[in-house]
Amino acid sequence: MDVIRKEMIAMLLAGGQGSRLGVLTAKVAKPAVAFGGKYRIIDFPLSNCINSGIDTVGVLTQYQPLRLNTHIGIGIPWDLDRNSGGVTVLPPYEKSDNSEWYSGTANAIFQNMNYMEQYNPEYVLILSGDHIYKMDYEVMLDFHKENHADVTIATMPVPIEEASRFGIVIADENKKIMDFEEKPAQPRSNLASMGIYIFSWDTLKEALYAMKDQSGCDFGKHIIPYCHEGGKRLFAYEYNGYWKDVGTLGSYWEANMELIDLIPEFNLYEEYWKIYTKSDIIEPQYLSADSVVEKSIIGEGTEVYGEVHNSVVGAGVTIGKGAVVRDSIVMRGTTIGENTVIDKSIIAENCQIGAGVALGVGEEAPNKLNASIYSFGLVTIGEDSIVPDGVKVGKNTAISGATGKEDYPNGILESGEVIIKAGDSV
Amino acid sequence: MKAIGIILAGGNNSRMQELSNKRAIAAMPIGGSYRSIDFALSNMSNSHVQTVAVLTQYSARSLNEHLSSSKWWDFGRKQGGLFVFNPTVTVDNSWWYRGTADAMYQNINFLKKRHEPYVIITSGDCIYKIDYNKVLDYHIAKKADITVVCKDMAPGEDVSRFGVVRMNEDAKIIEFEEKPMVSKSNTVSTGIYIVRRRQLIEMLERSAAEDRWDFVTDILIRYKNMKQIYGYKMKEYWSNIATVESYYQTNMDFLKPEVRKYFFQDEPKIYSKVDDLPPAKYNVGSDVRNSLIASGCIINSKVENSILFKKVFVGKNCVIKNSVILNDVYIGDNTHIENCIVESRDTLKANTYYCGDNGIKIVSENNERYVL
Repeated sequence: MDVIRKEMIAMLLAGGQGSRLGVLTAKVAKPAVAFGGKYRIIDFPLSNCINSGIDTVGVLTQYQPLRLNTHIGIGIPWDLDRNSGGVTVLPPYEKSDNSEWYSGTANAIFQNMNYMEQYNPEYVLILSGDHIYKMDYEVMLDFHKENHADVTIATMPVPIEEASRFGIVIADENKKIMDFEEKPAQPRSNLASMGIYIFSWDTLKEALYAMKDQSGCDFGKHIIPYCHEGGKRLFAYEYNGYWKDVGTLGSYWEANMELIDLIPEFNLYEEYWKIYTKSDIIEPQYLSADSVVEKSIIGEGTEVYGEVHNSVVGAGVTIGKGAVVRDSIVMRGTTIGENTVIDKSIIAENCQIGAGVALGVGEEAPNKLNASIYSFGLVTIGEDSIVPDGVKVGKNTAISGATGKEDYPNGILESGEVIIKAGDSV
Repeated sequence: MKAIGIILAGGNNSRMQELSNKRAIAAMPIGGSYRSIDFALSNMSNSHVQTVAVLTQYSARSLNEHLSSSKWWDFGRKQGGLFVFNPTVTVDNSWWYRGTADAMYQNINFLKKRHEPYVIITSGDCIYKIDYNKVLDYHIAKKADITVVCKDMAPGEDVSRFGVVRMNEDAKIIEFEEKPMVSKSNTVSTGIYIVRRRQLIEMLERSAAEDRWDFVTDILIRYKNMKQIYGYKMKEYWSNIATVESYYQTNMDFLKPEVRKYFFQDEPKIYSKVDDLPPAKYNVGSDVRNSLIASGCIINSKVENSILFKKVFVGKNCVIKNSVILNDVYIGDNTHIENCIVESRDTLKANTYYCGDNGIKIVSENNERYVL
């Protein structure tokens, strides 16, 4: 099997549901969720790969992969359509013995040993498909080489008072890792692991084989501790740029809203380090004579006849006359009826919001289905949903599916309530 | 599809004024996100024409850059593909393309090597959608030698820059005048033709032998009474952009809902090279009315009845009215722009005033841009 040897290949874990995004990930994997009016979350690590000179990327999928598969295709938008290497989607597959789903992050990588072997890499970069950031993996690789490391973990400094929410890495002055703590009550360091690893190939291979019978084999829980205990050289690479975990509705909403700032901390308009995506809507957007658009980002082909304030609107959206959208995220293909008022909502793709609807009204109340998911005062509407004309929807609510007037007692969905139509699960 | 395509994109025209200093007309930006030639190319692709030759000559850099990859129009196929032919010096030819017929004659080997029985000839400077299959069916049904796609212009419209035709009741063309001063008809040729490939080769060779180089005057008009030349009337939107006024008006047409629906929403779509720009951003102070805004724009002030192409930056307290701002223009604070076309990659200094008082003003500054 003679293939040009690749110095470093990337394995991108994109199989997770991201259940804390509630109805947003009912039909798509989290990496395929839209972000920033044009992109999907996976565009960030994929663009980072090609911008860092990595042209061989395996994308591991499992949960609801259709959207992800069509988005990635043969990798044209990221220039990952290559004769040798390029992007390969790696779903779980049936084997002659022991067929199984991906049971953990490291287990998923282990099941694709053949894929990695054919490139005979020197290093393997492990990424997850659910963070928003721009990072040059080549710099991290240089750090790995300089330190003759076996494993390098990307870390970022977090405020010490928040450190107890993260996996914390304790390193000496040379950045050699001495110890780990998972969500420690009394953190001894403020370096949080970002879930990005570079492994020297022999180390990774040996560890994956050694731990192959571990159920739910996970990098953070099993492989890294195994390497550490085995006396391998583990180093902490410190990253100081923008990095955002968009794992909850609140952080997802916030990260989108930050893009609206006059000069956002995460700047999509920089000339270098472009973020690439599959864009099949290319026509310009139209703002009508009555429209008002301020402090917002708006995607291609969108038609605005109403008002948009402080919001991120995707491509191909129609915002009707007299409608007002405030502090919200509206994803591609959604239609918003006339005179509808939308406050602090996340509306997923291809929804139809009727005329004269009011979203995000009244006082906050904790969500009855799952207060830890549906909080932050947000209204969250899953993709392909229909909201009928004239209804009012409170805060900390979720809607999924084609709802009708009968689903709204007295025309109201009170704060904290949820409507999930049959066939949709959360 | 039983036809190959030829797009004549070599032209320049003094009526484009400074706008054609930079590029061929076929490369002119249109409708916020497109180039003129995208329409001809997308029509070919959507009609399943698999092999298309683009003949370029005048200022082709911008055009060649746009055509650097054929994948955007789905021509990157093993069968056929997109071919760009610039004039080239060979053992037996050292001429530029001396006319449209000569441009095709100099590439006659391309025509000879193909096997498809028909050739669709079109130009790169028209904005329209058409299904060439329908025109070809018509061509075959009429047993025509040449079919000319025609369009009835609005009564009173100046047709003196077009080829004007008159047809009999059977749609046979009985009169064809090139750019007449006064004309009796308002039916014009759109510059879209269908010819049988062998017929075209024969006519091109005969014209070349007689030192005749123009497809319209030396072939269409000369052969008018000898060959069966039929007109196919198209009813839908069609516009030729080869003057400053029509270029401006064609862009402004995209502010009309029916034109946007026709080109942007209705299938089939028009394709273009993808630029990987972020979505447009509206900051505090932006007040945009009845305008088209392309991706990558950042807007901080008032924009009205205008088309902003990709990656335009509009500073604070500006007024932009009834204008077309081409790609990658930087507009400094407190600038007033009215009835203008601003040339691409321009940098307009703060506190400046541009207004086209009698017609459209073309703004083309060569200021340095300082980028932080």
